[in-house]
This record gives sequence, structure tokens and C-alpha cells, in this order.
Amino acid sequence: MLIKLTGGIVYDPANKVNGKKKDIYIKDGRIVAKPKDVMPGQEYNIAGKVVMAGAIDLHTHIGGGKGNIARMLMPENHRIDPVAHTDIKRAGTGHAMPSTFTTGYRYAEMGYTAAFEPAVLPINARQAHMEMGDVPMLDKGGYVMLGSDDFFLRMMAANKDQQAINDYVAWTIKSAQGVGIKVVNAGGINAFKFNQRQLDLDENNKHYDVTPREILKSLATAVKELGIKHPLHVHGSNLGVPGNIQSSLDSIEGVEGLPMHLTHIQFHSYGKEGDFKFSSGAAQISESINKNKNISVDVGQIMFGQTVTASGDNMRQYANHGFANPNKWVCMDIECDAGCGLVPFKYRDQNFVNALQWAIGLEIFLLVKDPWRIFLTTDHPNGAPFSSYPHLIRLLMDKSFRNDMLATIHPEAQKMSTLGSIDREYSMQEIAILTRAGAAKITGLVGRGALGKGDWADITVYTENENREKMFEKPDYVFKDGEMVVKDGEVVKTVWGTTHVVRPEYDKSIEKDLKKYFDKYMTMKLGNFTISDDEITEDGRGSITVHPTVGEKV
Amino acid sequence: MTKITEVPSPFCGIGSDDLTIQVDGINIKVVENGCSVNTPAFEQSITDTSPRVDGKEVTLKQAVNRAVKILKQANQPVYGGCATDVNGMRALMALADRNGAVVDNINFTGAKRNFLTLQDSGWMNTTLAEIKNRCDLFVVVGCDLEAFSPRFYERYLWNKESMFLDDTSVRDVIYIGKVPSGKASISPNKNKAQVLECVDADLPEVVAVLRALIKGNPIVAEQVGGIAVADLQNIADKLKATVYGVVTWAAGALDFPQAELTVQTVCELIKDVNASGVRCSGFPLGGKEGDQTANQVCGWQTGYPARMRFSSDIPEYDPFLYDINQMFDNGEADAFLWVQAFNSKSVPPHGGQIPTIVVGRSGMKFEEEPEVFFPIGTPGIDHSGHAYRLDNVVAIRLKKLRDSGLPSTADVLTAIEQALVIELC
Repeated sequence: MLIKLTGGIVYDPANKVNGKKKDIYIKDGRIVAKPKDVMPGQEYNIAGKVVMAGAIDLHTHIGGGKGNIARMLMPENHRIDPVAHTDIKRAGTGHAMPSTFTTGYRYAEMGYTAAFEPAVLPINARQAHMEMGDVPMLDKGGYVMLGSDDFFLRMMAANKDQQAINDYVAWTIKSAQGVGIKVVNAGGINAFKFNQRQLDLDENNKHYDVTPREILKSLATAVKELGIKHPLHVHGSNLGVPGNIQSSLDSIEGVEGLPMHLTHIQFHSYGKEGDFKFSSGAAQISESINKNKNISVDVGQIMFGQTVTASGDNMRQYANHGFANPNKWVCMDIECDAGCGLVPFKYRDQNFVNALQWAIGLEIFLLVKDPWRIFLTTDHPNGAPFSSYPHLIRLLMDKSFRNDMLATIHPEAQKMSTLGSIDREYSMQEIAILTRAGAAKITGLVGRGALGKGDWADITVYTENENREKMFEKPDYVFKDGEMVVKDGEVVKTVWGTTHVVRPEYDKSIEKDLKKYFDKYMTMKLGNFTISDDEITEDGRGSITVHPTVGEKV
Repeated sequence: MTKITEVPSPFCGIGSDDLTIQVDGINIKVVENGCSVNTPAFEQSITDTSPRVDGKEVTLKQAVNRAVKILKQANQPVYGGCATDVNGMRALMALADRNGAVVDNINFTGAKRNFLTLQDSGWMNTTLAEIKNRCDLFVVVGCDLEAFSPRFYERYLWNKESMFLDDTSVRDVIYIGKVPSGKASISPNKNKAQVLECVDADLPEVVAVLRALIKGNPIVAEQVGGIAVADLQNIADKLKATVYGVVTWAAGALDFPQAELTVQTVCELIKDVNASGVRCSGFPLGGKEGDQTANQVCGWQTGYPARMRFSSDIPEYDPFLYDINQMFDNGEADAFLWVQAFNSKSVPPHGGQIPTIVVGRSGMKFEEEPEVFFPIGTPGIDHSGHAYRLDNVVAIRLKKLRDSGLPSTADVLTAIEQALVIELC
């Protein structure tokens, strides 16, 4: 059936359409050109409403073991936000770390149609995919974590050549069904197992004599040479440590022009100036990002309130466990592969550090000039639950609202921040870049985040409202793969998105070394480690979409 | 006859995946790497293949219709066992959500001790490969490890090679509480484990004193639970002097009132060792009868582990109130669904009191025939699937080994759910 969306004001940066009145035609799940002689079977009059592609969250912890520990750690947090079942929706719970069904519904109900889990431990990838398999409404995918796994560090220590590293990276992304490569506190999770409690960019892992800088360089090179479109996704060293801005600047310099995505950069942009020895590094980091076109970032904005931090970085989570609120926390060493740490957090606007963290995030949003290289995230649930995005969008688009909020936070933090002096307000088109076109481009998705002929019909329709929070929290319609799934901000049909993956070529002989390693040191057989396609598709809901590597034909 | 290698087991909890299995029609024989837990569980033969209603063989559809009738008219249906694979548990949760049921995993009374600890103060834990490659001091608290898991030592402590130990046989093994029932804990170079024996009832005091010693608090007593405080001091010193100590316990074995406080003390003393500048991790034992699987799936679908209910249309969790055995005693349940895909000897408790539906591994024998019985296949034998290992991180991919024609847990529960939806419309 042909569907027509009539009279909407379209923001489609991928096709350079900026607020133009335009009809959209949908057939068989995709956007099509205006047909010559076919009448639409269904027409939606959306005259004057704002039309964008479905939004894409490129960094949100929605699937995987640590998230599930975070859920089970916080029953009191779920009790304040129960979600009843309906005829079409399953019951669930929020708040900080919602259950899988609730995650899917809530994302869709604010106009999102895809979300990416950024920390898939290869050994736990099966769980990540099973959890994401129970997240309805959204396309999904995962970045596979490397850099603290012993197999990789042994290769580094043995000075294996880049080709061998590339083969291992490619094998891992295929076996774990990933769409990108992530590194978390490069080598630091491993070093914590050897009782190192911190690790600077040029400090050796004491067992392997390998530095984080070397790891970043090696993995960023592998990602580039393999043609994986999403740049190496980097959770930097020294998360949360005052003065860590230097590690972040050094990391940018350290990758020597290779593509690199610095995630939740807010948590890595701290100076140590001022009476409290904690200051904003936003100006410095933004300047460096503006200058280095190989760098992209997402912000990891914090919002005030209760949340739970869930990270692969058990070294830093252990160091921060004293801030746990409520006072309970988990750290795990995992399978000679990685680790994780869960620390509940309550960010408070009258706490100097928290207040300044809030301001630093916003400063970075406003000082980074190129909207194609910065993305809207709260590092859900670490900075705040994803459900705070509409509020965040208002902060970016509405200077007077932002300044009103700024006036309410800890007075010393206000003084230490330049936020009040920044006039920039994001435009509608820029929001569409951050949350749609740019996110699709940087994750290497083909046919998503755009509203051109042939693109998948993932579409969100909003009613224009001066109050951007109200506007973005309740779309009139959301279409997923051409089907209307949300109406007036409520899910009206449950659908299941696809799982996005990439499969770069590699030399299969790496599997010989891996088999030996698995037989000797690991606790499962190599053949049982690899995730087959049918594990994702056999339930009849899931599907896999393989995206091309750079240079590969679609 | 076919031989299948690298077969993973859903029965032992420790994720053994090196079994070689010979399949002859529907007969299975473990020919390599079996053990007293896995071999009988794999080799058990299929007896029933047809569903029964009131003891009479019926079609699947007839059995489904009867099950729907029972569940639909119940005021408070309760689902017990919950011993199945990931897809089975997904189907169970979907049905429970529709049906307003209580969901209570078979091992939750033991696992509760861990969850109460997790939800009150948390922990620092590790997984099998870290133990295999790093652990130089292994402390077993209140549990007979080899009875729980016959191959644990062979696979994870006396492994020939490890990445970070030159010689695995020099690992130090210490038992506090129970005495090992066999010789598995004796190292390849014949070192015996140190055993500090005490009765379970004294464990709370013993571990509390051990924690005090780790923290450097003075202890006046010379003995606790029959154990010399000097011996505990020695363990405290060792924990603070090793490279990577691991303390293990089995919550199910700590069967005394308020045992969660003992689990908590163990977890806190591990944190204390780490705070003293040395790495140390905990390792809770479990993973049998699909318990980790049930908690994981229930966890991601509702936010809570598998003792919860949908009775008020929302997920609600209470580790005490929704204990189905207690609900039976209090007359709070009026329909019972028992799901047990792994163990045909594990029959529903309180048989016959209220209308009962059993979705169970073929071969179950009942003292009291349930109203409805669905004989089902076993994940990892009759159909593929996923199950969680005890360390809660690794999900193993279970293989289908034979064509028995038996339905899976998910097949049966989904059929019931679909029929229930039609009834409710």
C-alpha cells in the first residue's frame, strides 16, 4: 500500500533539505518518489508539522550483562516507575535502567527508531543480543569491546604485526555480531586485574608493558584498515578524574589523524583549577575537536537526579565506589576479556562538582562547531536516563531556558562556567543532524537517518512547539520501516527492528591461534564462542542487516 | 549412529562444553568428559511423548485448552520451577504477564541470599576464566564444592596451563565450614586443601571474625565455632598477601536463617581485602536447573529477579512474599504451573492441592497425577537454546542432538499464551 504524508515541514540534512514543505511517499517500508498514477491507500495530513527521520542513539546501554546487573541492583528504583501491560504492550519498569520492553516503547514514543549498545564484551555478546532481541520498536547494534582482553594484549606484547591485529579485530566483530569496535580505558580494565589502580595514557600495563596510547593507535588503525565505518569508539583513560582533559587531548594527538570517536567526552573534560581543584576543560577540548577533523564525540550529558552508572571500566568504577548513592556497588573481572562496574549515582544541582559537570556538557555541545561530529547522548544511564533527551534538546535550542536553569545550580559552579556567556542556540536542522543524519553517517548505516528516495521509512512527525521539550517528548506519529507504530506519543503497534552488523574480510588462519588459546586458557570452545546468525533470527522476530565496509559495494 | 563433539551441558552449571556424545536414534551416550551430574542427565531416556489430561493421553490442542481453562479462571495463578532455557523463560514471562501470575524460580530461596546482599551492599565478583588463569588462593566457604560440581577442580583449578601462574598445582585451597567429600581438591602435586571445619550454624560467627581480622580489628576470643582464631588470622594474612584471591560460596548450601547476612559478610570482607591494596574477588556458585537463566531473563524483562508477580498488571518484586511454597501454605494460590525442562525427578511440590499443569521433561513420574501434563524436550538435547553458566556472564549455545519430536518449553507455553489471548478477547 502506498502511504502519503502530506504537507509536512521536512528536516532532512542527509539530503540537504532544511525545513522545506514536502510530501513523503512510502511503499513497502521505504520512501519512494511521487508515483505518477497510483493513489495513496492512506494519507496523513500533517500540514505544518515537523518531519524528521527516526532518531538514532549511537551510545546507550540497553543490552548486556552489566545493564542487567544494574537493573537487579536497584529494585527500589523500579518501584517508583512501574509500567502496566496493555493489550499490545508488555509490563515493565523504569526508571534509571528500564526493562527491555519499556526501553523500546519509551524510545519509540519520543521518536527514536534505532539505538546502539556501546559496550558489548565479546564473551557476553550473546546476552547483549538476547536482551536487545527483547527490545521492541528499535533497530539495534553493538560495539564490541577490545583492548583489555588478554588475547589482544598478548599480541601487542609479542609485537604482532598490524595485519594480525586486524584479523583478530575482524574475527571478533564477526563472531560477536558487532557493528563497531569499542575500547574502554584502554588496557586499564586488564591492569586493574593486576592490581593497578590507575593507568595514564603513557603508563605501562605492568604485566604486558603496553600503554593505552599504543592500544588506541593499534585498534584505530585496525578499524580504519578494515574499512569499518564507525571510527574506533573510545571511552578514554581516567574517566571522572580532575585534570583528565590532558589525557583526552593527548589521546587525540596520539591517534595521529586516524578516525576516532571519543564517547561521553563530558566525563573526560575536567581541569583542576579553582578553589575546589575541579574546573571545565570544555573550551580546550572543543578547540581540539574543532581543529582535528578526524575526531567525533558524543557528550554524555548529566542531568540532576537518581541514576546508576554502568560501565566496562571497572578500574574507574572501583575508584568511584565511595560516591555510590545509595551505598551499594558491584565490580566484576570478566573472563580474561574485560570487566564491569555498577555504581548508583545521584547527581545534585547543589553539589559543586555535579553542577559543573552539567555545565561542562552543555559548554561542549555549544562550543563544538560541526554538528556532524558531535552527538546527543547522556551515556544512558550513566549521565541520566535516555528519557531526559527532550529536556536536553530544549537546553540546546533555548538560551533563555538554559540560562534560567543555570541560575539554579551551585553558585560556585555558575562562576566557574562560561555557559551563561554562550549565545548559540541549536537550530532544528542541527538537532536533526545530531540525532539522525550525523548518527546514521558515523555508525555506517545505509538507508537510515535520511528521508530520500530508497531510504527506509523510519519517520517521526512532531507538532511545532516553542517549548522544545514538549515538542520532542511526544511525536504525533512515528513510522518504523513504513508502518505507523506510534500515534500521539503512544505505541500503537509492536514491531521488531533489525540488528545492524559489519563483516570485514580477514585471514582465517587467525582462528588457528585462537583455537589453541581457547583450548588452553579459556573456559569454552572456540566453536561455541561464535554467535551464529540463527541465534538472532530463530525467534522469528529478529533479523540481521550487514552493512558494507568502506569501499565495498552496497 | 553419530558422534557429536564439543557439546555444552546445561546441567552442571559450570558450562562444560567439551562433552562427546554418541547419538543412536533417540538414545544418547556420553562417551567423553562425562561426570556424575552430566552423564545421567544426558542419557536419560524418553518415556512419555503425548500430553495427558487427567492421566489420559490427549492431543496438544486438547491439553492446551484445558491448561487455558485452569489458568483463566484462577484468581492467583503461580508459576514454579521456571527451569528452562532462555526462550522457554521468555515464553513463561509472556504468559505470566497476560495471566497475572506469580513467577518463582526453583532455586530462589537459596539465590535470595545473594540477591539480598547484592541489593543491599553489592559485591566484587569474578568469572571462571579469571579463576583458571589468575587465582592463587581459593577459599571455599560453607560448601562441598566437588559434590556441587564434580569437574570444577579439573577444569578451572588444576588446568595444566594458565596465563599468569607458572604452576597451577601450587594454588592454595582452603575450606571453611564443610569438609570436602572427595579428593578433587587435592592438587596434582598432592597438596591437600587446608580445612577449617565448623557446623553451618557457626559460619556467621566464623566469617564475621575473619572479616574483623582482615580489617585489623582485635579479637579477644581464641576460638570461634571450634576454629582457632590464629588459623583464621592466617587466612586473613594470606588473603592480604596473595595476587588474586577468590572466595566462593553456594547460597543454596547456606541453609540457615538470615544466611544472607553471612553472604554479605563474605562479600564485604572481599571488598576489605581490595581496600587494603590487594585484589580479591567473590565467586557465587549456582547455575543449576536454569536458575541463572530464569533470573537473567526475568531481570531484563521486568527489572527484577525471578521471584516476582504480575498480579496487579505491573511487575512487583518481593523475595519473601512471592515464595510459592509459602503461598501454598497460606492458601494464596489457586492454580499452579510447574515448568521443569531439565530434571524429570523434580516434580511439583504440593501435588494435588490445587489444579496443576506440568510442563516437564519427558519421564516425570507423579505421585499425584496433575490435571495437565505436557512432556517436553530438554534444551541442549532435543532442541537448541541458550543457558547461563553459574558466573552469570556467559550464555552457552545449546545444541540440538537428536530428533525426538518433543516440543520445547517455549512451544508449549506460547501455544497456551496464544490460546489464552483468544479466550480473553
